[in-house]
Amino acid sequence: MNGTTITAPTIEYALLSPMLIVFGAAIIGVLVEAFAPRYLRKSIQMPLTLLALLGAFVTTVLAASNGLPTTAAAMGAVAVDGPSLFIWGIILILAFISALLINDDEQFVAQAAAVPGSVDEEEAVRSGFAQTEVYPLLLFAVGGMLLFPASNDLLVMFVALEVMSLPLYLLCGLARRRRLLSQEASVKYFLLGAFSSAFFLYGMALLYGYAGSVDLKAISAALGSVSGQDTLLFVGVAMLAVGLLFKIGAAPFQAWKPDVYQGAPTAVTALMASTVLVAAFGALLRVFWVALGNLDWDWRPLMWGVAILTMIVGAVLAITQTDIKRMLAYSSIAHAGFLLTGVIATGTAEQNSSALSAILFYLAAYGFTTVGAFAVVTMVRDAGGEAGHLSRWAGLGKRAPVLAGIFAFFLLAFAGIPLTSGFFGKYAVFTAAVGGGALPLVVVGVVSSAIAAFFYVRVIVLMFFNEPAADGPTIAAPSVGTSAVVALAAAATVVLGVFPQPVLTLADQAASALFIR
Amino acid sequence: MTTHYLVLSALLFAIGAIGVLTRRNAIVVFMCVELMLNACNLAFVTFARQHGNLDGQLIAFFVMVVAAAEVVIGLAIIVMIFRTRRSASVDDASLLKY
Repeated sequence: MNGTTITAPTIEYALLSPMLIVFGAAIIGVLVEAFAPRYLRKSIQMPLTLLALLGAFVTTVLAASNGLPTTAAAMGAVAVDGPSLFIWGIILILAFISALLINDDEQFVAQAAAVPGSVDEEEAVRSGFAQTEVYPLLLFAVGGMLLFPASNDLLVMFVALEVMSLPLYLLCGLARRRRLLSQEASVKYFLLGAFSSAFFLYGMALLYGYAGSVDLKAISAALGSVSGQDTLLFVGVAMLAVGLLFKIGAAPFQAWKPDVYQGAPTAVTALMASTVLVAAFGALLRVFWVALGNLDWDWRPLMWGVAILTMIVGAVLAITQTDIKRMLAYSSIAHAGFLLTGVIATGTAEQNSSALSAILFYLAAYGFTTVGAFAVVTMVRDAGGEAGHLSRWAGLGKRAPVLAGIFAFFLLAFAGIPLTSGFFGKYAVFTAAVGGGALPLVVVGVVSSAIAAFFYVRVIVLMFFNEPAADGPTIAAPSVGTSAVVALAAAATVVLGVFPQPVLTLADQAASALFIR
Repeated sequence: MTTHYLVLSALLFAIGAIGVLTRRNAIVVFMCVELMLNACNLAFVTFARQHGNLDGQLIAFFVMVVAAAEVVIGLAIIVMIFRTRRSASVDDASLLKY
């Protein structure tokens, strides 16, 4: 040991600052919970959260405007490249919007530890308690989401996966009303999520056994040099894929999605449905394109199957749903399937970058529409809380024409009708898939889009052409935050549908250099 | 020589996975998940020995920390639902379906 000097690792603090800001604010949030008096907490946490997300967004834009780096940051552990920066931008904007929604009162339980229906709970509600831990939990989850798609080795990716998921498991169980559903969603999400991350970890162990490293670049290099270890490689890739496909909710790992989306507080569902999908697709792309890019002939048939199954399961099962949040969950599964067709569209570098740019645009478009749709769901209420059952939405167009109109617009965007953002997203992804030689997949995609359009239109018909029930739900007077969320999401859906060029160009630029290796 | 450890790790992982799928008590299901994580650790350490580098041993420490964090969150959630329902059976919690 004598004579050897330990060189300190170089850390690019400027590039990593979005994450550092979010994690720093989350830790400050925990300290606020510990030391600030109860009546002050919300008025400290809320601005802290919004400022942190805003600050992280500004530093992301600054990092992007300084030109895209060509090597991975933090000694090769975190790859802050074009796609990462674009994904960070989307996640931070969507998280900011969802934070406005979360900030709305009456969504979260007064005291999570109090048993539902007990005297404790009544007392907590009467004293106006609020579980302000929601804000730091949100920030920790967002920090994990930023790290997840940017991680350049599997260990960082696993830690990011857990940092992202663990706070979400808790957030799911904190609904103020229908607490049994919420707690059940939390348990289900937790057990299945932990199960799937164990698969991810075992896959990672096998790939480490194969390549002798968990670095994505080293795994990619080992594909060409290691021979006779194919069992380790293929089983490892399959198990890793299970963990990643679970997070995006692809069939056959989609079972948690409807339950969790229905049971979780709607503001948390909005966050999960938009940002987690974005982050998980970033990570999925990075693993399969960077580490396993040279293996695409082997994983592509499997992905074909998963994509077809996901699109069909999502679209067909959505038809039978009677709960609005469950229906949106199945719609989210179908959308994950559409996005997977883009993941398969690999080929030349040019094809790859157009597929990547299509996926990035799709994620941005879908994320905004989803947050908006769930924000509308929070506003349609009856005595027991949100009116989730579809029959309660009958005739909403007559009671609240503006709200129902906006919701119908979001549904049309999900269906991919021209002049909405969903159209360009789908068009771009399907074009990339055709370019990548996946024509049959696109045919399945178009057919399942048509099936999906049926149940979106069914809700629109229900809202506008049915008579409202006498004891129908009331429309809660929206808080400033909720109306801002709906307005922003609607504006984004219109702008991305009518005038998508700036964002398409941005996605093209982000995708042009592909992932750094 | 390391093959035996890998076989053991695969067995532990399989026992854990089968346990998750068949057991009904949330705590036991969760313990099975932890068993799967420890099977991963064994695989990591074995492969580290096989490759002669320390990455695998290092990863095992990370996994332990993550598993500890998961225990904290998991037990909080399971205790919460147990206090509400007076049961930790995953079959009882079945309000969300179809």
